[in-house]
Amino acid sequence: MNAQLQPTGSAYFIAKETEKPETHTLSVLVDNEPGVLARVIGLFSGRGYNIESLTVSETEHEKHLSRITIVTRGTPHVLEQIKHQLERIVPVHRVVDLTVRSHELGQERPLERELALVKVAGTGDARVEALRLADAFRASVIDANTEHFIFEITGKGSKLDQFIAIMKPLGLVEICRTGVAAMNRGPQGM
Amino acid sequence: MSSGQNERREMTGAEMVVQALKDNGVKHVFGYPGGAVLPIYDEIFQQDEVEHILVRHEQGAGHAAEGYARSTGKAGVLLVTSGPGATNAVTPLQDALMDSIPLVCLTGQVPTSLIGSDAFQECDTVGITRPCTKHNWLVKDVNELAATIHEAFHVATTGRPGPVVVDIPKDVQFAKGIYVPPQTAPRTSYQPKVQGDLEKVKAAVELMAGAKKPIIYSGGGVINSGPEASHLLRELVDLTGFPITTTLMGLGAYPASGKNWVGMLGMHGTYEANMAMHDCDVMICIGARFDDRITGRLTAFSPNSKKIHIDIDPSSINKNVHADVPILGDVGRVLEDLVRLWRATAKADKKALYPWWEQIAKWRARDSLAYKMNNDVIMPQYAIQRLYALTKDMDTYITTEVGQHQMWAAQHYHFDKPNRWMTSGGLGTMGYGLPAALGVQIAHPDALVIDIAGDASVQMTMQEMSSAVQYEAPIKIFILNNQYMGMVRQWQQLLHGNRLSHSYTEAMPDFVKLAEAYGGHGIRCDKPDELDDAIREMISVKKPVLFDCRVATLANCFPMIPSGKAHNEMLLPDEATDEAVANAIDAKGRELV
Repeated sequence: MNAQLQPTGSAYFIAKETEKPETHTLSVLVDNEPGVLARVIGLFSGRGYNIESLTVSETEHEKHLSRITIVTRGTPHVLEQIKHQLERIVPVHRVVDLTVRSHELGQERPLERELALVKVAGTGDARVEALRLADAFRASVIDANTEHFIFEITGKGSKLDQFIAIMKPLGLVEICRTGVAAMNRGPQGM
Repeated sequence: MSSGQNERREMTGAEMVVQALKDNGVKHVFGYPGGAVLPIYDEIFQQDEVEHILVRHEQGAGHAAEGYARSTGKAGVLLVTSGPGATNAVTPLQDALMDSIPLVCLTGQVPTSLIGSDAFQECDTVGITRPCTKHNWLVKDVNELAATIHEAFHVATTGRPGPVVVDIPKDVQFAKGIYVPPQTAPRTSYQPKVQGDLEKVKAAVELMAGAKKPIIYSGGGVINSGPEASHLLRELVDLTGFPITTTLMGLGAYPASGKNWVGMLGMHGTYEANMAMHDCDVMICIGARFDDRITGRLTAFSPNSKKIHIDIDPSSINKNVHADVPILGDVGRVLEDLVRLWRATAKADKKALYPWWEQIAKWRARDSLAYKMNNDVIMPQYAIQRLYALTKDMDTYITTEVGQHQMWAAQHYHFDKPNRWMTSGGLGTMGYGLPAALGVQIAHPDALVIDIAGDASVQMTMQEMSSAVQYEAPIKIFILNNQYMGMVRQWQQLLHGNRLSHSYTEAMPDFVKLAEAYGGHGIRCDKPDELDDAIREMISVKKPVLFDCRVATLANCFPMIPSGKAHNEMLLPDEATDEAVANAIDAKGRELV
C-alpha cells in the first residue's frame, strides 16, 4: 500500500491510522520580526497539529535571530509534514527535529530542560518538610518570608512534575513553568 | 524619468509605492480607492506609466489580478483600502494561495498612531491575511517601504508562487523617506531550491526506462514554471512515448491535440486517464500535488506503481502519497535535466509500450465523455463543443466559474497552449471567472476572452460587467443557464435522496436586459440549431457580452469518481441511472467533500 495516512489535511483520510504517534522536539530558527511567532503557531492551529509546549527567545541579538522550541505530537509522517510546512514560512531559517537528530546520533533523546517557579506557603512541620525536599530536588529558594517560599527548580519535565506533586500537600500556592529548552548532545550545532 | 535619478532619492511613501511598481515592471493595477489609500491614488493620478483599472468590488480586483497573472506569467497587482477593502480581498488571496498564483496586494491601513484603537475602517489586515498569503508585511517605517515592496514581488514570483500582502498605514504614505531600487540580494531565510538533485533525476530516468505501463501526470506547476517547462514536457513525452494526463490546473501544458494525450484525470476526468493512473507501474508526477479531487480514495490510489514526484515545494512531496523518487526543484529545471539524461542514457522502447497503449485504447473506446444529443434542447456539453469548434483557431483565452459548467469546459474545450485556461481549482471560488476574464482582457486587449459561466456563479461578481464596459474590455460571458446550482444539485441527487434544498434559483435576472443595462450586449439562445449563429454573433460584437445559453436543466456531469471511491470505480455516463446515482456513495463517502 503506497498511500500514507494522516489524521488531518484531507477529507479522504478516512482509513485507519497505522502509524503510532510520537512526541518530538523541534528547534526552529527564525528572524526575530513582528508576527513571526503568530505565523508559527497559526500554522499549527490551522493545520490541526498539536503544540505540547513552546519556548521562544531571541538567541542571537545582532542577527535578530530567535529560537523557537516546540514539543509536538504526531505520527512520523505528520511530523515530517510539520517540518516542511514550517520551512515554507518566509522568515524561518532552519527547522531541526531534535528527536530525529538524537536518534541519528545514537542517543535516546535530546537534552531537554524546563524551569519552574513554585510558591509554597505554610508554617511548622510542613514548612520544614518543603525546604528539606526542595534541597533534595536541588531547587533553590529565591524568595521567602516566615510564611512562604518561592522555589526555582530546573530539570526534565518529569522531575518538575514530581516536585510539584510533592509540594501539593505542603501548601502549594502557585506554579509558573516555562516550556522546554532543548539541544542535542555533542559538539555539533543545530 | 530615468531610474538612475531615482536611486536613493527622497520621496513620500505614496510616491515610493508607485515608483516601486514601475521598477518591478508593473503596467496594470486593479483596485478600488478609499480613505486609507488616498495618497497612493493621488500619485497614481499624476502619472501614466502604471494604468489603474477601477473595479466594482475588491474581490473583483483580486480575481482580475489572478486572471492577469495566470495569462501572462507575471505578478498580478491589486490596491485596496483598509478594513472592508482588505477583507473583501481575502477570497482571491486564498484562491491564489491554493492555485499558486503570484499576487501582490497593497492595502491601506489606518495611521500607525490609530492601529489597535478600533479606528474607522480598521482591521488587523496582516492578522486576517496571514494564513491566506505566502507572506505579508505591515510597514511602519517609510524607509523600509520600498525594500518591502521589492521583497514582496520577489517572494510572490519565486519558488512556489503565491499571494503576498503589504499593509501600508496612511501616515507612512505621507511620510518622506529614502527610496531604494530593487536589490538582487534576497533575505537569507528564503532560498527556494530550484535545481533538482541529479542523482534522483538519474534514478527517475532508470525507473522510467524500465516501465511497461508508465503515465505522466502533470499539473499547474508546469504552467507556473513558464513556457519553457511546457516545451520540455512535450519533448519528454515525444522522447519516451509515454501517455500523459494533466490536472485541471495543468490543462494546456501538453496539447490536447497531441497523440499521447489521454485527457484530464480526477473526479471528472476521463475513464482512460483514471484507469491508466490506477493500473500504471511507473507514475511521473510533475508539478502536481495529489489533491483529493485527483486521487479519489487514497488507500486504493494507484496501488502497484512506483512514483516519481517533481515539485518545488517540499511540503507537497510525501504529503498525501508516498514518493519513491522525490525530486525537489523547479519543474522546468528538473525537466531540462531529465530530458538531457534520457537522451544520453535511455532509449525509448516504444514497442514495449504497445500492450499498454492497446489497453488505453480499450478504455478510451468506452467514450466516457459521451452524452445524449438532443435536437430540441441545447445540451451543455454540446454548447461547449460548438464554442470550441468556432473559437479554436482564434487567439482565445478561457476562464470559468465553478461548478458543472467548469467541468464540462475542462472536458470539452481543448487547450493546445499553456496560460490559456484560467479556473479556480483549489479553492473552487464561484464568481472567479468574470473578473478573471477582465484581467485577462486587460493583459491581452486584442484576444478573444471567454468566461464559460454558470448562471449561479456569474451572479456573484456580475458587478464587474460595469468595469468591463468602462475599460472597453470585450469579454464574452457564455452562461450555461440551467437555473440550478448544477453541481450542488448533482450532489444532492447523489447524497441526499434528490431533495433539492435551495439549489434552484426561482428568480433569474433577464441576462439580455442586464447586459444592456450595463452598456454591454445581450444574446439569448435556446435552440441547438441556432447556437452556431449566436456564438458567431457573440464573437463579432466588440463589447462585453452576456450570452444566456439556455441548456437542458437536469443534465449532470459524468464521468465521476464518487466520493470515497477509487479510480477504477468511476460512474460512467451510460451507467448513471437514477438508481446508480442514488446509491453511488456509501455511508463513509457521504462525510467527504
